[in-house]
Amino acid sequence: MSKQYNKPAMAGIDDSPFTGANALKRLKRRQAAERRFQAYSATAIGLAVLALIVLFSSIISQAQSAFSKHYLRIDLPLERRIIAPDATLDPVRIESNISGFNKLVKDRLILLFPDAASATPKTRALFAMLPRLGVLPVARKTAANLDMLGTRQTFDIVVSDDADLFLKQKIGRHQRLELSGATSLQHRSGPNYTLTGIGRGQLATSYPATPRVAGQPARDILVRSGQNWFTLVAASETGLDLKTLTIGASAEDLRLAEPLEALILETVETDRNISNYQIALLTNLQDQGRIIRKFNFDLLSRSDSTYPELAGAAAAIAGSILTMLVTAIFAIPIGILAAIYLEEFARKNWLTGIIQVNINNLAAVPSIIFGLLGAAIFLNIFNMPRSIPLVGGLVLGLLILPTIIMASQAALQAVPQSVRNAALGIGATRAQTVFHHTLPLAAPGIITGAIIGMARALGETAPLLLIGMVAFVNEVPTSPDQEATVLPVLIFKWFSGAERAWEPMTSALVLVLVGFLIIINLIAVAVRLKFDRRWSP
Amino acid sequence: MILTSLAYLPDASLLLSVTASVGFTAFIFARRNPPPALTATISTFQFGVRANHKAFFVALCAMAPALLILLVHILSVDRMAQALISYELADNIRYLPILERQVYLDKLAEYAGMEAAAPTNDAFFNAARQRFIALKGQLTLAAIGVAILAASGAFLLASREYRNHSSSRSHIEIVINWVLFLCALIAILTTLGIVVSLFLETLRFFATAGSPSLPAFIFGTDWNAQTEENFGALPLFFGTVIIAILAMIVAAPIGLFSAIFMSEYASPKVRSMIKPVLEILAGIPTVVYGFFAALTVAPLIRRGAEWINNLPIVPDDFFAAQPQSALAAAIVMGIMIVPTVSSLSDDIINAVPQSLREAALAVGTTKSEMIKGVVLPVALPGIIAALLLGLSRAIGETMIVVMAAGQRAQITLDPTSDMTTITAEIVALLTGDTAFDSVKTLSAFALGSVLFIVTLGFNLIALRVVRTYRQKYE
Repeated sequence: MSKQYNKPAMAGIDDSPFTGANALKRLKRRQAAERRFQAYSATAIGLAVLALIVLFSSIISQAQSAFSKHYLRIDLPLERRIIAPDATLDPVRIESNISGFNKLVKDRLILLFPDAASATPKTRALFAMLPRLGVLPVARKTAANLDMLGTRQTFDIVVSDDADLFLKQKIGRHQRLELSGATSLQHRSGPNYTLTGIGRGQLATSYPATPRVAGQPARDILVRSGQNWFTLVAASETGLDLKTLTIGASAEDLRLAEPLEALILETVETDRNISNYQIALLTNLQDQGRIIRKFNFDLLSRSDSTYPELAGAAAAIAGSILTMLVTAIFAIPIGILAAIYLEEFARKNWLTGIIQVNINNLAAVPSIIFGLLGAAIFLNIFNMPRSIPLVGGLVLGLLILPTIIMASQAALQAVPQSVRNAALGIGATRAQTVFHHTLPLAAPGIITGAIIGMARALGETAPLLLIGMVAFVNEVPTSPDQEATVLPVLIFKWFSGAERAWEPMTSALVLVLVGFLIIINLIAVAVRLKFDRRWSP
Repeated sequence: MILTSLAYLPDASLLLSVTASVGFTAFIFARRNPPPALTATISTFQFGVRANHKAFFVALCAMAPALLILLVHILSVDRMAQALISYELADNIRYLPILERQVYLDKLAEYAGMEAAAPTNDAFFNAARQRFIALKGQLTLAAIGVAILAASGAFLLASREYRNHSSSRSHIEIVINWVLFLCALIAILTTLGIVVSLFLETLRFFATAGSPSLPAFIFGTDWNAQTEENFGALPLFFGTVIIAILAMIVAAPIGLFSAIFMSEYASPKVRSMIKPVLEILAGIPTVVYGFFAALTVAPLIRRGAEWINNLPIVPDDFFAAQPQSALAAAIVMGIMIVPTVSSLSDDIINAVPQSLREAALAVGTTKSEMIKGVVLPVALPGIIAALLLGLSRAIGETMIVVMAAGQRAQITLDPTSDMTTITAEIVALLTGDTAFDSVKTLSAFALGSVLFIVTLGFNLIALRVVRTYRQKYE
């Protein structure tokens, strides 16, 4: 570079360091580098935004199916001899008579599907579509209205998780195909029938591959004629070889009936948790209008269960609230007072220096270490019980204490010195200055900091695992010394559940937790907007 | 009946109700007899005396001994009741060996503590339980009486003291100062609690039979704590480091470039739109990140790894392609750390004096040359501190690893295989019912000590760098 400056400019050829050809080329290169750099930094922001969008859209899309559930709408004769056999009509005993109510439901289902009573595996398959505890709301309602005994009432009973997922197309994805041109349905031998007039072609229009390649079943195809269901064994050009799966109410009347259609299942029976037989029954129920889809209020109103179709977060929400109460009562006053001490009272000496450094460090200690602390001190030394909100709240309180102290310190620092000087000048003591003047002025900042600390505590999981808040809790806790679990821990528990149905449930629960966090943060924002004031310099 | 309900009174309500009522009564009494200064003429008006102050001072003085006595009572009531009842027990129990008698008494205390406990088959035990409850009630009643007496004494003393000195403000000032100091001390106590509990349990771990020596713990390559066999933690350290490094590979460039964009390029309007995004990323609970990693990212990683395995030039088992993988956990962890890195770097970059930027631009640099040549070198210590804090978060992060990284303690460089980390192993060892004296449980505390020391080191360095840096440019 420096050489160029020393060269005398030659007439006609512009080789000036600023406008010459080389210089222009260099300038272009530098400007390209500038644009590249700017693009990198914009990309980084874009990636962060994208990550947020992907995260929420994936969770929302998975959660969608958990916000509604399928119920079986069924009319039950509330027979006294079955649900209140001892004639005492004690509501408590009626409510706990789960097997009696299950018997009612089973008897009613057998009436609907006489075919299912013919063989034990079929009966079992039919009853497996309803969870045992699904009759609990029925029992509660009956126990509350004893005059319903002996009458016939209509109830909605939740269907099992697998049946629900099938109806939502989440397992056993399926498609209905209307068949036309059938001429006859002929009995061949045993359970075997032939449907003539319909060729392979009709099935092949939607699926080019032959339905059942020998040895390698690609998918199952069910054929129905009215209430009667068959599995497809083989398809020729002129007819379909069928095997009965279930026959409707009129067993001997096996002629062609409407609707005549094929149900094409994209997975074979062995690859899913719901059998062809169950699918047939379920579709029949659906066509009879007995299957309805309702909003899943259970998610918020019920407690935990080992069955995903019955589980809800009520106990965990109550546990979270109790834990947060303990945390707030413990951490917020102590945090604020500690901040006041450090900002307004303490002399700057080695001790306060250590406290300050120590607080900054504590804020960055991994949360799981606080769990170890809780396990060692509260559980082991103080012998407090496991899984209670009191211990959980204390551990979380210690965890967010540094956050609250630091936020309060920042808020106190922002109050101008002149306020303190004025108060001290008219004879107020230090304590009067702080509690009458500085603290009220710093309150918005302190409250915001405390709320953000509480939001952090609400989402914390790991330390609570270590003090045993993963216990199975199916009763809503009402005081901080009862066993409880909290929302994030419940998310972890449901996530660990084996059944497929836990997945959407967990996503829905994540949304519930995020909803609570949004509310808390909105409160913080509102406080900041409403009360915050900027001090003119 | 009163004795029974007194015995069952929860500790907290006993403390609160008695102390509060004592304080309230003292306050009312003191308020009704204002200090002489207020009733005297202006000439004798003593500067700084107000009726409320006397009342506060006297109430505080009255509450303190009551609180102390009740605390002692709560801590010792079971022991005292046990001592009293042991004279009344039947001879066959009374003359048991001391340890067995204590077991019996402890069981008695435990059953007496549970209001809803069903009666046992042992009629004598039930009777003893009733007697124990009555004794407890009597002791509580006595304690309340003593507390009130002590409070009255303190009340009188404080009133006289007040009359003699009549400067309650300075007294209250001192009390308030001490209360505030104690609150600030809790932070120190927390650290102390962490250090003591972690290290004591770690020492117990190394002292227990079946535990490894310290070098065998740190350098051993076999980890099998669930069966209490092998305690070589190297695979855990390795998994932690690999996942943390991978996470930083994601977080460092995104976080740093985000900070540069926010502080150098973004208009105030864009900035106000982007900032909430980063705040939301920072506010999402880690369990949600873990769920996202396990359910969305891990299957993608697995499919990608399988696709690469199926390429003709790659050997078929090049990647392990596990359903849970270190890479899935690391990528999501990186996203989680982005706000930590970016907000700190943002602060640091903003603290670079404007004059340096103007000087650079004045000699004709482009903006990126100015950033690369002036801003970043000046901000470098702070940026390194931000990265260190991010790294410390990555090492200490738990839920993402527990949910998405797998359970297998193994040393492998393949990021698509499952790994486990220090934090995940602590959770695995301590979740559920754990006895505090098994080697398995204690090994979790040893791992916790390692984690604490490492993260504390990073934090101390980072915070020190940030502080010196701030001082330099403020």
